[in-house]
Amino acid sequence: MINATGLSKTFKGGDVAVKNVTMSVRPGEIVGFLGPNGAGKTTTMRMLTTLLRPTSGTATVAGHDLLGDPARVRRHIGYVSQSGGVSPSVPLGEELHLQAMLYGLSRAEASARTAEVLAMLDLTGMESRPGGTLSGGQRRRVDIAFALPHRPALLFLDEPTTGLDPQSRANLWDHIRRLRAEDGVTVFLTTHYLDEADALCDRLLIIDHGEIVATGSPAELKAGGRTLDQAFLDLTGRSLREEAAL
Amino acid sequence: MVRDTWLLFRHNLRATLRQKAGLIFGAIQPLFFLVLFGPIFATIGSWETLVPGLIIQLGLMSTGMAGFGVVFEKRSGALERLRVTPASRLALLLGRVLTNAVQLILQVVLLVAVGYALGLRAPVAGLLAGLALVVVLGASLAALSYAIALTMNEQLFAPVMGTAVIPLVLLSGAFLPMSMAPGWLDALSYVSPFRHVLEALRELFGGHYFTGTVVAGVAVTVVFAVISLTVGTRVFNRASA
Repeated sequence: MINATGLSKTFKGGDVAVKNVTMSVRPGEIVGFLGPNGAGKTTTMRMLTTLLRPTSGTATVAGHDLLGDPARVRRHIGYVSQSGGVSPSVPLGEELHLQAMLYGLSRAEASARTAEVLAMLDLTGMESRPGGTLSGGQRRRVDIAFALPHRPALLFLDEPTTGLDPQSRANLWDHIRRLRAEDGVTVFLTTHYLDEADALCDRLLIIDHGEIVATGSPAELKAGGRTLDQAFLDLTGRSLREEAAL
Repeated sequence: MVRDTWLLFRHNLRATLRQKAGLIFGAIQPLFFLVLFGPIFATIGSWETLVPGLIIQLGLMSTGMAGFGVVFEKRSGALERLRVTPASRLALLLGRVLTNAVQLILQVVLLVAVGYALGLRAPVAGLLAGLALVVVLGASLAALSYAIALTMNEQLFAPVMGTAVIPLVLLSGAFLPMSMAPGWLDALSYVSPFRHVLEALRELFGGHYFTGTVVAGVAVTVVFAVISLTVGTRVFNRASA
């Protein structure tokens, strides 16, 4: 579903954000991209979602060439950024309908799919609510709804549960699992929460200073009786728990 | 591309119409100049000289600040959400620019209507030609404003653009014709593309259509439109906003 080779990003001024990232994600996996703040998680994700052009490297995303055919990549992926994308004053239903039509759905399809996506995320009945009136957990679910109208095979989530209360986080995990179970969606998410990585992900990629330093299932990374936090500390010299507390 | 532009235009227009207070203030502001400054000006000049000036002022002020809207959308993440759809990048720009154009048309029509009540007399053909010229100019400036808003530090956008527009309005001769200015100021004002457009507008309102001044105004507008739309498209194509 994702095959990236040697992806690198150097920003103007010479800051190297991502160094030679080679990775793959198989169809149907939920893969977590774990790393401290500033490790290059978001930059990598923005490259894979066509928002940022890599300085070097190549990738195939959802079956299409990232650099050669970004428009087709966009048609097959969904992306939820860290900040989300809910406009504070526009009614949800209207905005979701627009989003669906921009993904190429007809007016009738867009209406049907809007209702369907809202129902999937337990948001039925909130069509006329402007984004600014939602709770944090609701807003995050709306963000995910925006990424789904075109039934993407691959969903990118950048820190989906950061800032949410424990109950909303668990609720969002259920929704993510259900997307995979019911619609076969492959999920690639970044997180700096170890419990999230442990509970939700089949496989983890750990990134530090722009480089992937380890990959494996949570169980593999915990081999030898280490906790995930210890494994992380061993690999990066940093504790994620402190990072998460920030 | 046309479909995406239309969808975004409709969406933006609806969002603009929802901000009723903003619309009302946007419409009233230029009328103050007409009602509270116009009668003074009318003692030394004609309404056909003043109203085009106020139209240019309105056009520069309202579309020059258009980029402010995209700053909010960038901050809320809504812009990025649109950028990951397959929608054409050009449509993301044009959908907005068309909304600004419609808004400007409504404001200019209102200004001219009130101007008529106060004594403006201009031929319909001249009014329509003038409106077309101003709308093209305003839409181009809006495109440029979006490009600047996406390129510049967002905190600086409002103060910098707000300040930059003032000399452009004054140098165009919006309040008093530059023919009244001392030589150096008159010469300086040719730097502002809007002076040429304004002079063309005054000719059109006076019922003179095929003069050198009108041709110059149209030419400047076309060149400005091409440059602004090119820059706007470039920025929307590459902006990692």
